[in-house]
Amino acid sequence: MNTLYLRRRITNALAMTLSMLATLVGLAFLAWILWETLRQGISALDLKLFTKITAYGEDGGLANAMVGSLVINFIGIAIATPIGVLAGTWLAEYANRTKLGESIRFLNDILLSAPSIVMGLFVYTIIVLPSTALTHGSTTFSGFAGGVALALIALPVIVRTTDEMLRLVPSTLREAALSLGVPQWKLTLQILIRAARSGIITGVLLALARISGETAPLLFTAFGNNYMAINPIEKMSSLPQIIYQYANDPGDAMHALAWAGAFVITMFVLLLSLGSRLILSRTKVSHD
Amino acid sequence: MPVATPTDILEQRSRRDVRHERLFRWLLKGCALIVLAALLGAAGATLWGGRDAFATFGWHFLVSSSWDPGNDVYGALVPVYGTIVTSFIALLIAVPISFGIALYLSEVAPTWLRTPVASAIELLAGIPSIIYGMWGLFVFAPFFANHIKPWLTNNLGNKPDDGKLSWVAEHVPFVGKLFGSDYPFGASILVAGIVLAIMVIPFISSVMREVFQTVPTRLKESAYALGSSTWEVSWDIVLPYTRSAVIGGIFLGLGRALGETMAVTFVLGNAMQLSASLLDPGTSIASTIANQFSEASGLQKSSLMALAFLLFVVTFIVLLIARLMLRRLASKEGR
Repeated sequence: MNTLYLRRRITNALAMTLSMLATLVGLAFLAWILWETLRQGISALDLKLFTKITAYGEDGGLANAMVGSLVINFIGIAIATPIGVLAGTWLAEYANRTKLGESIRFLNDILLSAPSIVMGLFVYTIIVLPSTALTHGSTTFSGFAGGVALALIALPVIVRTTDEMLRLVPSTLREAALSLGVPQWKLTLQILIRAARSGIITGVLLALARISGETAPLLFTAFGNNYMAINPIEKMSSLPQIIYQYANDPGDAMHALAWAGAFVITMFVLLLSLGSRLILSRTKVSHD
Repeated sequence: MPVATPTDILEQRSRRDVRHERLFRWLLKGCALIVLAALLGAAGATLWGGRDAFATFGWHFLVSSSWDPGNDVYGALVPVYGTIVTSFIALLIAVPISFGIALYLSEVAPTWLRTPVASAIELLAGIPSIIYGMWGLFVFAPFFANHIKPWLTNNLGNKPDDGKLSWVAEHVPFVGKLFGSDYPFGASILVAGIVLAIMVIPFISSVMREVFQTVPTRLKESAYALGSSTWEVSWDIVLPYTRSAVIGGIFLGLGRALGETMAVTFVLGNAMQLSASLLDPGTSIASTIANQFSEASGLQKSSLMALAFLLFVVTFIVLLIARLMLRRLASKEGR
């Protein structure tokens, strides 16, 4: 009896220690990755990053890649936000508990983790190939195609958060509006979406954080460009694509530039997720 | 000219409302169907792009290990092998660690510590995959080559530096082959698996933590009242109660690992070869596409599309299982 008791206590102590160790391992890798990105990124920070373009190679900066990233991300979010919010609204307000609604909600969750490189090839097939054929090769890869690829990745994030946030809105609000004779579309647009506004904005910010580091779908859509491009029908460079290109380059100076780009992206993503958290916590307080 | 009575105005207005309502409904439904179109389109586009490869090689495409742009002969076996092995290694490492993290955060840690640690781990999920790739390429792979790999090859592998086989390599089958390598660099299937593991840990552990928290307190308290230890409650009460969702979380991680491109491309070495050793470089479906697609044409491009189709179908099935498993727990709760 006593040995059994002892054995159980030892097993328990062992399991607890291991679980703590597992957490420490997870945190250690987080710290290691962030530390290296900060260390190497900050030491490579320089004003020329923001003023010079990548055409200068080692002596250049990342200005065109940053502008390209901004343009492509903007296109992605601009396409995904209205579609995502409306689709999420349909799931929460019109198709909740219908068969089609449930299946789309389910498939949206799958799209959420679908391989991004396949999305890139999809957009390559539906935009890059036709535009090449229609313009006889003068427009091939484009920033717009990159934006569409990113929109496909941002879309499920926005759909899901909108859907979840709308379902959190108390039904008394709906009943009150409907009893005053407000048509449902007006109720949805002017009351429900407003009530869930901060949650929806959080979703959009999360989607932006998700797409701003995406590389794989941009390789065959926006392709890359060593010169400044603002017009989205041109080939366009982006930070992740430049990081990919420079990290595979043998030169140390290129690696430093890649780290600087990695630092900029990481900071951007971390600030975005921090910001979206702040928005959510602020609304929680106001509701309580 | 009849004067519009209040009832006329009301009627007009309600007719207008009905019209707007119908329009609005269609708009919303159309947007929702885009989600469906994206999935179907991705599958259709890659299948259509890969039709030449499927038509030329047929079923042979799946089992052929040759990838020879010179003779225009392509087979999917090497990238498929790399994808499966790296994902399997990732799960082998990530599942126990994620379980530990979830256990610690839901049962063991003091309450004030739980939220900050959980947020920190979730931060790991937000880091873009290319950052993992860079860290793997410039930091982890050299570290692995200098400190871990020599130990593995000398103590477990069949090609040790001093030529003397260790006891394990001699007596345990397969181990010698798995860890034997004379390739000098860090980038390898094992390193790719480890980097993938670090990437999927936050996904799996946050799902596990969430579902562990759904276990009814009275169930756990009953077990504690009967004298169970924390470990016994976790292993015998919490885990069986949440089993389907835990498996769902693991499959979710698997889906991520299978389709990951950037983190893997940097640390896999990108060699089109089939090697039993985990310390040799290899390739995966996603990294083959990323490396070759821009320069490919003709049958090679079609073969890459066919690879993408395979990847999409496999991840779709894995994620489908994941979501179904996750839903089973939710339906148990009556949600």
